[in-house]
Amino acid sequence: MPQSLHYLKETASQTAGPYVHIGLAPGEAGFQIYKNEIGRTIAGPNAEGERIRVEGQVIDGMGSPIKDVLLEIWQANSKGVYAHPEHSHAGDVETGFHGWGRVIPDFETGEWAFDTIKPGPVTDGTGKTMAPHLNFWLIARGINIGLNTRMYFEDEAAANASDPVLNLIEWENRRNTLTAKRSERGGKTIYRFDIKLQGQDETVFFDI
Amino acid sequence: MPKPGKFYQRDRTLQPPAHTPDYKTSVSRSPRYSLISLETSISEITGPVFGHQDIDPLDKDLIHNFAGTGESAIGERIILHGRVLDENAKPVPGTLVEIWQANAGGRYRHKKDTYLAPIDPNFGGCGRTLTDEEGYYTFRTVKPGAYPWRNWVNNWRPAHIHISVFGASFAQRLVTQCYFEGDPLIPICPILNTVPDPAARERLVAALDLNAAIPLDSLAYKFDIVLRGRRSTLFENRLEGN
Repeated sequence: MPQSLHYLKETASQTAGPYVHIGLAPGEAGFQIYKNEIGRTIAGPNAEGERIRVEGQVIDGMGSPIKDVLLEIWQANSKGVYAHPEHSHAGDVETGFHGWGRVIPDFETGEWAFDTIKPGPVTDGTGKTMAPHLNFWLIARGINIGLNTRMYFEDEAAANASDPVLNLIEWENRRNTLTAKRSERGGKTIYRFDIKLQGQDETVFFDI
Repeated sequence: MPKPGKFYQRDRTLQPPAHTPDYKTSVSRSPRYSLISLETSISEITGPVFGHQDIDPLDKDLIHNFAGTGESAIGERIILHGRVLDENAKPVPGTLVEIWQANAGGRYRHKKDTYLAPIDPNFGGCGRTLTDEEGYYTFRTVKPGAYPWRNWVNNWRPAHIHISVFGASFAQRLVTQCYFEGDPLIPICPILNTVPDPAARERLVAALDLNAAIPLDSLAYKFDIVLRGRRSTLFENRLEGN
């Protein structure tokens, strides 16, 4: 036998179950316990950039909206910088820009929405530039391991066409499942991003 | 000093597949196309950072964090403790750990839970804490009860606590469930059995840890959590072909 490598094994995921709100958003479960529920504000008032609302539904294989899903969003600021020590230095990111949020749908309709700012293109250490995007992570009853996907913006066609991640998707018609549709309503900019777990237009999910 | 690089690929043989028909709800909620493999970019290497300003020290004491003054939750008092490590066996310090669970009778404080076991007026059922410099976390709570659920006609969940961990990167995000040593419902649970690897299932069972118990007060269970690890960039990636 060769020597042991001594790596540990990643803990197995388990579904978040139907009562995920108790732990991660107790206010939505119907009770107040924490002084501060985290993830309510992605981009505070000091954050620069275009204010947008993102809305959608997560749809199951029967075509029904998933009403007990929980989404987390992770995004860069309008200059394409993440609020994280490996991508920013103190002062690079506006005070009150967190870039992270937790989103719960309406229990009756499955519609969810959140307010944020549109991120800028992101460049990492290798010099590769990615088109503006939001990173999504979804958990729910019936989802055994969190699903990772990304939302891109339909009005960034040129940047999307050269995005290294979108170009990894061999089936060009599937790239559209990651592109949110822009509209205006009541003076607000809305992006619609429906996530489909199954079917011909199943959203692209990533093994990150 | 080598810098941390990209993450090791997730070992999907240790993780539950999306489509697990014995857990019926997964059937219509599981993607059917293959996941697109993505080498971790800066979007996945980064992730939210939390600090002590975000939480309250009492948040980790589920016996008291929802109880009335001078009251406490009903049930078998336990300490749930352990370390958050990565695959390189390095501690993950300062990371947020959140838990939620049923009360000692197997009832959740949730408007959607209608099980006939009673709500405990002094038990909320959630807690959160940050790991210390060595990756340790500790909660005080009551041992949750087993409860029935609609899957097959007569399915019962083993006692379990849901655990959510962030790590330092969005790529490390993990939600799991911790079970308790000796529970006869463990081997027949369709949700635990979504994990195909027997050793990976055993790693979800917390061990009775008498050394960590507080005599005449609380039993203790130990549950370590392992998040994905990263390469060290001693050598830069070859550029050709990329």
